[in-house]
Amino acid sequence: MSDAARETSATAQAPSVARADPGLFVRMDAGSREAKLDLVVQSMHCAGCMRRIERALGELDGVSFARANLSTKRVAVKWDPSRLKPAAIVEKLASIGFEAVPFDPKLIGALDQDEGRKLLRAMGVAGFAAANVMLLSVSVWAGLVSDMEPATRALFYWISALIALPAIAYSAQPFYRSALAALRNRQMNMDVPISLAVTLATGMSLVQTIVNAEHVYFDASITLLFFLLIGRYLDVQARNRACEAAQNLLGLRAVAATVVDADGSQRSVPVEALEPGMVVAVAAGARVPADGIVAGGISDIDTSLVTGESLPELVRPGAHVFAGTLNITAPMQVTVTARDEHSLLAEIVRLMEAAEQGRSAYVRIADRAARIYAPSVHVLALSTVLFWLAMGSGFVVAITNAIAVLIVTCPCALGLAVPVVQVVATGRLLKHGILLKAADGLERLSEVDTIVFDKTGTLTLGRPHLIDEGVSATDLSVGAALARSSRHPLSRALVESAGAKPLPVLSDIHEEPGQGLEGRLGDEIVRLGSREWVGASEFGAAAHGGPELWLRRGTARPVCFRFVDQLRPDAAETILALKALGFSIELLSGDREPAARAAAEALGIAVWRAGARPDAKIARLKELAGEGHKVLMVGDGLNDAPALRVAHVSMSPADASDISQTAADFIFQGAKLGAVVEAIEVARKSRRLVFENFALALAYNAVAIPLAFAGFVTPLIAAVAMSTSSITVTLNSLRLGRLRKASE
Amino acid sequence: MNILVYLMPAALFLGFLGLLGFLWSLKSSQYDDLDGAAERILYDDEDLPGN
Repeated sequence: MSDAARETSATAQAPSVARADPGLFVRMDAGSREAKLDLVVQSMHCAGCMRRIERALGELDGVSFARANLSTKRVAVKWDPSRLKPAAIVEKLASIGFEAVPFDPKLIGALDQDEGRKLLRAMGVAGFAAANVMLLSVSVWAGLVSDMEPATRALFYWISALIALPAIAYSAQPFYRSALAALRNRQMNMDVPISLAVTLATGMSLVQTIVNAEHVYFDASITLLFFLLIGRYLDVQARNRACEAAQNLLGLRAVAATVVDADGSQRSVPVEALEPGMVVAVAAGARVPADGIVAGGISDIDTSLVTGESLPELVRPGAHVFAGTLNITAPMQVTVTARDEHSLLAEIVRLMEAAEQGRSAYVRIADRAARIYAPSVHVLALSTVLFWLAMGSGFVVAITNAIAVLIVTCPCALGLAVPVVQVVATGRLLKHGILLKAADGLERLSEVDTIVFDKTGTLTLGRPHLIDEGVSATDLSVGAALARSSRHPLSRALVESAGAKPLPVLSDIHEEPGQGLEGRLGDEIVRLGSREWVGASEFGAAAHGGPELWLRRGTARPVCFRFVDQLRPDAAETILALKALGFSIELLSGDREPAARAAAEALGIAVWRAGARPDAKIARLKELAGEGHKVLMVGDGLNDAPALRVAHVSMSPADASDISQTAADFIFQGAKLGAVVEAIEVARKSRRLVFENFALALAYNAVAIPLAFAGFVTPLIAAVAMSTSSITVTLNSLRLGRLRKASE
Repeated sequence: MNILVYLMPAALFLGFLGLLGFLWSLKSSQYDDLDGAAERILYDDEDLPGN
């Protein structure tokens, strides 16, 4: 075989996760009898890509609709199922160079996309009404100082009422609903005073219009709604966006299981449909879809994602394998035992549920502000009424002034204070490849004082790397030539180290699972694998501890390739930077002691623990929490998932196990650990800006409330004060985007 | 002031048209992919959804 041909076969053998059959993800449209499918195309990033995708799909026979969405990196396709198979769509995209992964419809359902749309519609209506009412109000305010007749003013007020009443009835619904829900649970939230102020202001204005009084507040109540809806919409939008990105990541790993029926035929089913007792075929390079017992085949299993153990484990028939582990060497068959009480997954899920219950409900800053704000506003309004009644003024004056208090204190600025910061922060994190999943994640992250790292896959890249000491170039190339036909992580690391060098051609290569490889170079038998496999002990060559591969050429003395699980490229500086920021750092690893010790020493982490099982990790985190620490847990493995849930806030790399990604509050992409520092910095700056915003809102209220209390607030003053405070807060929040440039 | 009889309905009507336009654009999914919309203007030829 020529080198080039070998190269192709090596590429073909490269581990690729077995993709799910797209047919499993098709939804049928009952009305038009069309099939619908959503695909995630992660590599789509410009107009050209969208164009090529839409064109290519349009060319397919039977496709009636193909639309690429660049924001979500998804493509929606509709077609006539009698004329086209779903697999053809994925193949077509592959032929023009885009890898498309079918998207699980259940994930789409999980996201409330309607909410954003409803808010946007309410915002449009409120915006239209606010502009028109304001137009009329400005005329009235101008008229007050010139020569407007009361009749004209009354006409203007009536028209304002005509526009404002239906608009308010429609666009205030999100606030009414949320306020009602809060009251029903005997709680207070920001929406209670908002609803009250809007309702009272509108009602009073209507009465004022009827009795032809001087001041009405239609403009104030509708503008208030407009500003608040902007804040609310931004909030939902930022959350949806992060959620979509996280869903794409999970969707990318949608795997199907290949079930082997009793008659030996194979079929593809979704992983959820697996039942205990079924036999599944697990190809080399594929993940084990469910917990089970090996029924046939001998192979090596990479359990790093599940246990944090960095070296593969040899499995034979009868051995237990866990869902999520990677089958490396040879195809095997597994009898599913999932839902077994004693399976690892069941244990993890149990721990996660327990953790969920133990986690105290976090109260967001905005809600904490609302808890103080809502009652005090009501008390203020009530005391205004009482004050004016006590002063002997009429009931109308007392009520008017109280409503003025309600309107000016109404939290336009407060309503914008948090969402705008959140939107800017989320956008900034997204640019650095960090996804914020939990709405309150930023706030919790800003309070952290202790950081606990997992080792394998978190501080390290989770794959071994060759140490080049004392290995001759010839040995390396012979070893790499042999290693090329194996998927074992050590073999792959060896091939990677050989780089693009031309490699000798070996023949008669075969692999013995758990042992190593054998091949022929000329007349020489070449073996690569464990110490026993090459017979290293005959030569008295000692093991080094830590991952190693031995190479023996003919009868020569075996040479040893040693490996380390390489630390992430910026792990050391990240840890240093975090220490400089005053965090105490710990390492909790599920790996064996030498590996954990080496990593801890290399990074200068004083507190570390090896061989920690999931419950031990939880225990340590609870202990820290008991001492009053707020802990950020950074981890990736299945074994970290419960700990991620127990910690005050948590982060996972994007190549972590599904369960960990679901449990984590933040997900970071890319090989760099610096994302942790970036996220913490953004969180802290966001927190500072939120508090500045609150201070601004408070300062505004400190001026406006006495005026309103005294009865000096006309609609004009209310409008000016409200807009100024909202704009100030928004501008202040946008500084978050600019602060970065200063720090870089 | 009689001019108001014409001008105010005209102003309201125009504003209302704007609102209808917004609601229509919202309904036809024009806000679902803002990044994509920004890129699509770079297409040279006519781009119709579904083609």
